[in-house]
Amino acid sequence: MPLSDQTLTRAEELIARYPQPRSALLPILFLLQAEDGYVSPAGVAQAAQLLGLTKAEVGAVATFYTMFRRRPVGKYLVSVCKTLPCELRGSREISAAMAERLEVPLGGTDQSGMVTVEEVECLAACDGAPVVQVNTENYERLTTEEAMGLLEALLRDEVPPPTFAADGSVTEPSTAGLHWRLAGLGDPPAAYGGTAAAGTEAPAASPDGQAGERSIGREPSPPEPTEQREAGQPQPAEGAGAAAPEAPTEPEPQDPEAAHQAPGDEGPAPEDKPRPQAGEGR
Amino acid sequence: MTDQVKVLTSRWGDRQAHDIDRFGELDGYASLDAAFERSPEDLVQLVKDSGLRGRGGAGFPTGMKWGFLAKGTGKPTYLVVNADESEPGTFKDMELLERDPHALVEGVIVSSYAIGCRNAFIYLRGECGWPGRRLQAAIDAAYGKGLIGRDIKGSGFDLDVTLHRGAGAYICGEETALLSSLEGQRGQPKLRPPFPAVEGLYRAPTTVNNVETIATVPWIIRKGVDWFRSMGSEKSPGPKLFSVSGDVVNPGNFEYPLGVPAREVIMDAAGGMRDGKTLKAWTPGGSSTPMLTADQLDTPMDFEGITGAGSLLGTAAVMVFSEDVCMVRACLNFTEFYAHESCGKCTPCREGTDWMRKILGRLESGQGRTEDMDTLKDICDSIFGRSFCALGDGATSPIVSALKHFRDEFDEHVSGGGCPFPGARVAVGAH
Repeated sequence: MPLSDQTLTRAEELIARYPQPRSALLPILFLLQAEDGYVSPAGVAQAAQLLGLTKAEVGAVATFYTMFRRRPVGKYLVSVCKTLPCELRGSREISAAMAERLEVPLGGTDQSGMVTVEEVECLAACDGAPVVQVNTENYERLTTEEAMGLLEALLRDEVPPPTFAADGSVTEPSTAGLHWRLAGLGDPPAAYGGTAAAGTEAPAASPDGQAGERSIGREPSPPEPTEQREAGQPQPAEGAGAAAPEAPTEPEPQDPEAAHQAPGDEGPAPEDKPRPQAGEGR
Repeated sequence: MTDQVKVLTSRWGDRQAHDIDRFGELDGYASLDAAFERSPEDLVQLVKDSGLRGRGGAGFPTGMKWGFLAKGTGKPTYLVVNADESEPGTFKDMELLERDPHALVEGVIVSSYAIGCRNAFIYLRGECGWPGRRLQAAIDAAYGKGLIGRDIKGSGFDLDVTLHRGAGAYICGEETALLSSLEGQRGQPKLRPPFPAVEGLYRAPTTVNNVETIATVPWIIRKGVDWFRSMGSEKSPGPKLFSVSGDVVNPGNFEYPLGVPAREVIMDAAGGMRDGKTLKAWTPGGSSTPMLTADQLDTPMDFEGITGAGSLLGTAAVMVFSEDVCMVRACLNFTEFYAHESCGKCTPCREGTDWMRKILGRLESGQGRTEDMDTLKDICDSIFGRSFCALGDGATSPIVSALKHFRDEFDEHVSGGGCPFPGARVAVGAH
């Protein structure tokens, strides 16, 4: 379903934010994606109506940008950087292993609708190669084993803290919440997977300024109550056309055979590392 | 030996610098009073005199860019900050926003005052969650303290700042494409002229400046032109962030005066080569800048120095590749990037990047032909200078420079029936 009356008010708030209404199109598409899990045909029609555009004009914009999806996305979007510094540190092995584990081509969503895995271009964190993101939050310098551990946790609906959790980095609890935030509306409401924790920074650093431990290998926290989980559950097939959740769900087909050998050098040891200070890299 | 400097990175070691109160204790927002005491025209002149050049890649003098803004048009003037950092190898703006987001907000306030902007936009790529959350929190806190909004600090100056998120498109780092995207269109470049300074956002006078550029302005206002020019060279003054990645011991962002020899950035700051490997090639400013070699490590890293060496300073994103990295594979990876990110508007770029991707793919997988290298050069000639924006030009840089420095490797891929390096791309499928 496109925007409810309540959410429609927020869309109008977005339109009022800009000198010209059409500037709110990308934010509104994110908002529709928060509601539907993708930019649905009905959503395109609603955005067109809101902004006085044709459906073709909205569709032309929605299909231009890779973050607007034409099939429902999982609760967790795992994006693996494929650009050279990450490829040289084994990122293509990670993405291939994840796709194999989920039994989907890259860009696809696992059968349970929990995780979508994709390869993306440079994520602007090349010092942390290989970079994996969950709902746009960074998990850096992972070995393939650590990355697969992250994936397994997500499949259990558990979100390990991101690399810079001790510095305030927080992983959005669902793609619905992520898209709400990307619309520019701040902390997502509970109905979009928002929780109190999602809107606040992580606890401040310990007084001695030491970074927290890298958290991937940690024991996962207990699962959230079911009520909260439902918020970010993948959308029902209704409105999704013929798109089965396990179908490849990327507008642009990605290389399904991306089975790469990483260089012999496996990268830095994965053990805990203190957060480097400025001038020492991240 | 050049010493690293602490200007833009001066607060990065303070883990609470993102908090507005802590930022204030660290001289944050101190440039506002200094700015409001002066006329906007004075500030534009100050930035001109400083010699500050844009940090987003092109290196255009910032004060001159501001000076081009059309006056008396009856339309508003807009400042749009380009935070769409996507050039492969570049990660300086995102760390700045993670560590010190108010530094950008402060820069937006004083820069807006200087150019007469009442409504500023920050276009931040959508894929970066933490920087986005940090920046929004900083903007909200600045509103809360009356540092953005009506009559800022009793100056009579009003300003609104809006954070606008991109949706996944490298091309939106190009300024006219960015403005199209901000207007709710497909992010495709426009022919210039008219330049944004005359017809930009909503066809009103607009300046588009990089995050690092705008974050540098408060320092110039507070510390003056002489201080700024005490770093760097006559034509490339000031401090600069260098993003170092690839086969180095300690990848990361490092701040040096412009003109620091590349050798010091790579071998000292970034700790030198990993595992005792030998340096084979490096980019001075991202994948769109021609690769340089080990015997060019003493090149000063400023706009003139790198241009003199046959490349471009770009975003000062230094990607370092060891002897183990296959240059055909490197070119293939970068070309896949450009083929994916070409917006499709101009035929030479749209078609050319895809053909180059296919040819590099077959070279890497052992299907190459002897004439492929000449074909690659021909395609590069057909793209370079023949598209609206610099994306196509950038796509030719890795290939042209790799063929210049490492032609033998390409030939070996043909004569040896495939990639001679460990870790070859065995499967090169459709993009």
